[in-house]
Order: sequence, then structure tokens, then C-alpha cells
Amino acid sequence: MIWNTERECADRQQMQELQSRELVAMIKRMQENVPFYRDKFREEGIEPGDIKSVEQLKHLPFTTKADLRDNYPFGLFTVPQSDVVRIHASSGTTGKPTVVGYTQRDIALWAEVVARSLTMAGVHSGDTIQIAYGYGPFTGGLGLHYGAEMVSATVIPISTGNTKKQLQFMTDFKATILACTPSYAAHLGESILKEGISPADIRLRTGVFGAEPWTGEMRTEIEKLLNIKAYDIYGLSEVIGPGVSMECACQCGNHVFEDHFIPEIIDPETLEVLPDGALGELVFTTVSKEAMPLLRYRTRDLTRLHRGKCDCGRTLVRMDKCLGRTDDMLIIRGVNVFPSQVESVLMEMAETTPHYQLIIRRENNLDTMEIRVEINEENWSDSIRELEGIRRRIDHNIKSLLGIGAIIKLVEPNSIERSEGKAKRIIDERHC
Amino acid sequence: MLIKQLSVFLEDRSGRLTELTRILAENDVNITALSVAETADYGIVRMVVGRPELAKEALEKAGFSIGLTDVVCVNMPDKPGSLYRILEILTDVKINIDYMYAFSNNAVALAVIRAADAAQVIEVLQQHRLQLLSQSDIYQL
Repeated sequence: MIWNTERECADRQQMQELQSRELVAMIKRMQENVPFYRDKFREEGIEPGDIKSVEQLKHLPFTTKADLRDNYPFGLFTVPQSDVVRIHASSGTTGKPTVVGYTQRDIALWAEVVARSLTMAGVHSGDTIQIAYGYGPFTGGLGLHYGAEMVSATVIPISTGNTKKQLQFMTDFKATILACTPSYAAHLGESILKEGISPADIRLRTGVFGAEPWTGEMRTEIEKLLNIKAYDIYGLSEVIGPGVSMECACQCGNHVFEDHFIPEIIDPETLEVLPDGALGELVFTTVSKEAMPLLRYRTRDLTRLHRGKCDCGRTLVRMDKCLGRTDDMLIIRGVNVFPSQVESVLMEMAETTPHYQLIIRRENNLDTMEIRVEINEENWSDSIRELEGIRRRIDHNIKSLLGIGAIIKLVEPNSIERSEGKAKRIIDERHC
Repeated sequence: MLIKQLSVFLEDRSGRLTELTRILAENDVNITALSVAETADYGIVRMVVGRPELAKEALEKAGFSIGLTDVVCVNMPDKPGSLYRILEILTDVKINIDYMYAFSNNAVALAVIRAADAAQVIEVLQQHRLQLLSQSDIYQL
């Protein structure tokens, strides 16, 4: 089923006309209400009135996370604070949090894109959805919440953590849908096994997972653990939260709700727009948002865009699963390394688990990468020969994929800190 | 005559082995034999204990990763040539030993042997009338 056929199946020309109309209106709001954008347009010699079409988007200036920080907390709002009905903030690991505001209409728009997303994953009235994303300033919990109510599913707003209670609610309330981060889904799946809960007592059918990058191998693992079909939901708080793009049953990339969030792919070095199919940094312009629209916001996520009608019937542009963030990317001895690459190596080996941690150090001016991997609790050998064999195979597979060697350390099961929210995969000691 | 050996994967962290033995002590589990095989980063502790199931449960509760491995425990006279005789028997039928540990005290000499097919080891050694220990023998040691 498709929630909004008119928008999700619009032909290219209709979509571009809509985007152009919204873009012109957004530029006008920015010019009139936000000194930051006014100054920026003047500096770049842009006459806002000259912008008539979405095709001119590529000539407009970018917005970055640093701009959000410089205008902390409300400097980029285009409406008076009396029109803002909600504020979310993402935890700033470095410095100030990133603040986003929503008007009444923004909240309704957000609920709709999440309703579209859930419908895409086959969620409908009669389903019971356990929302194990954090509720609070983080956009995951409340974002999923309003969309789930819009599709008339029964919502369990359990938030994150308290695994015992999660499992109790999941079985007693017969949850059919689970929404959380993929690492927490894996944790819940392992906990079900550990608690010896009968598969018959778990009614889950579908998982809606996002908020951190995950690999196809991790999907397979979670689907097996929980006996569900797992879908990727993508979003970031700056743009709106979850519901920026979503995977359909064809699982050939995430459909971007481009009537609201116009995506572009740029070369992060030259800042030039790249053609469809090319790998680069994802940029969004949130044309219809009222409280805090963003012009060409650089997400730092690396992916590709694809056009062409999908078998599901939607015409929305699709984005690949993110390879990682440009700032997740580690440069080790000059080689680009994404944690997701390490994960894919580990997931291919039955003797290890998806629980790993990368520790980067600089010793004698040389970068070293240590990969700590938990051995599989259910399936480990007490023979040193076999354990060392596993270690050597990880070493070999990492080296052949990344082109650089790593120090592989096997560690005890459950010894790497479990995230109930996002996984702490990387410890980079080079900058400490 | 199969003995359940407890195998524990231990990271190279100080106090880990102490913690392990503390839990066994608190649960009144006696250790009959113990060996530690170590690499640069981790160690495998292998133990023959009086009540392996109870020990496994208590250790798992405390967060240790425990494997139960089938091993054979053979009793031999404490005199030159005893171990040679046993190993020669196993070599003759092409049984590979993965690892073993042994000790002797007064007249008793015991060897714990791990091979891929523990049942075959038992069969061969019993054919040669060697004395093998059972789990209840261990409990009474």
C-alpha cells in the first residue's frame, strides 16, 4: 500500500514543479526572516528573486553543522518563537547540541512522512508497534510515535533500555512491529535467546530500524535472530528526524520524500553536484519546513542517488544505504576506513559476533588500528589453535578488504559495552 | 567415562582468574585439575571440577563464557613409562591429541586428554584395561 499516491508516485515534471514552487517560497521566508541567510545571499551575490526553479538549486550556498552551531540555539528559525511548538536537540558529542524547531505544520508533515514510511514497510491499523527508540530531545522516539498513530497502529511508547521490560511487553502485548536502532534490535534478539523465550511467544513480523549505519549482513543477522523482515528508515534531526527516506519491500535503496526534502549528491572536496549513481556527500534542502528550513544542508553521509520507477510503483528518487558518515570515516595510514566495512567482514564469519570496537592509536607517528571482537558465546572452541585460526582469518579478510593490517583481539562475549541507543564503535585516541 | 571439562575464555585482564576461583569457592566447587593456556591477549582456562554443571551455571551468572568439553581422565601408575604406554596405544590407532595436562602425587598419576573423538579414546584405552575415571570418581577425589 502507498500512503500518499499523489506525492509518492508523481511524475518527474510534477515533482519538479512542486519542488520549484516550494523552493521559491522557502528562499523568500529565509530572506525576510533570517539575518544569517540574508547575509549569505548578499555575500554570494544572489538575488533571491532570481531563483525560480529547482534547477537553480546548485547555484545556492550550502549550510553546514558549523552554521547551526554558530546560530545556536534559535538563530536559524524563520518563524517567531510563538509559532514553534516543539524543540528537539541532538546530543552534541563535541560542544553544543544541534537544535531544531517545529511548527504545528512541521509536526504534521513529520507524522505524514513517518506514516508513509511505516506504510512502505507494510505497517497498518491492527499492528502493535513497540517503539524502543529514545523518547526525549532525540528525534527517534517521538518521530516514530506520531507516524505510527497516524497509520492507526497501537503504539507501545516504551523508549529505549530496560531489556527485561521490553521482552515482557513484546510478548504480553503481542507486538508485531519493532522500531529501534539496529544494534539494539540485535541486543533484544540475543536477549530473547538468552532468556529462553519461546519463538511462539514473539509475534514480531517487521522491524523498522535506523539512526545508525548498518550493513546488509547485520540485516540478515537481525532478521534471523528475530524472525522478521527488517527495513531501513533514514533520517537526521537537522532535516526532520526519522522519515527522510525509507526502504520499500523491493529493498533497492531508500525512497527519499523529495517533495519535502530535496536530495543532491556532491563531491565533498570540490562541492560540485555529482550525477546520479556517483558516490558522494548527501545534501538536503528542506523546502516545506516552516520553523527551520535548511538550504543545501551537508549531511556528511556518503551515498548514491538513483532515479527510475521502482517495482513498488513509487517514483521517488532512491538513495543507497549510507556507507558511513564522512566524519565516521577514519583515515588510517592514509587509507579511508569505514566501521561498516569491518562489520561486514565480521558478519560473514559464524565464529564472531557483530559486537566489535575499533581503537585507533598513534604509536611512533604511525597509526595503528586495533579491532576488538567478541567471540561467539554459543559457538567457541577451547582450542587455542582454532581461536588463533579465527583471529588469522579476521586479520586476513580485513587486510584484503581494507588494504591495511589491523591488530585483532578476541575478547569475552558481552565485554564490549552494549548501547541501548547508538553503538560506541570507535575509540580514536589519536586526538586525545 | 566421559568427563565434562570446564573451559573458560579469559581476557588478559588482571584479577580475572582470581574472580573465577572466588566464584567456585563461594559455590563450594572443588577443582581437581586446572591448566591455563595463554596467548598474548587471552587465555583459556581448562578445569576438571567436582560439579561441572553447577560451576558452569554459577560462572555464567557472573558473566563468564563457559564451554563444556568432553575429555578423558586416565589413571596410571606413577612410574616411568606409564604415559608413554598410553600415548603409544593412541598413536597406533591414529588418534590425535588436541591437548592434555597431567599430574602425579604419591602413587597416583592422572592425565586429562582431549581429542576430537573422546568416545574412541575411551574405547581404545578400555580395551587395554587402563583405568579411566568417571565424573563421580572426580567428585570423590
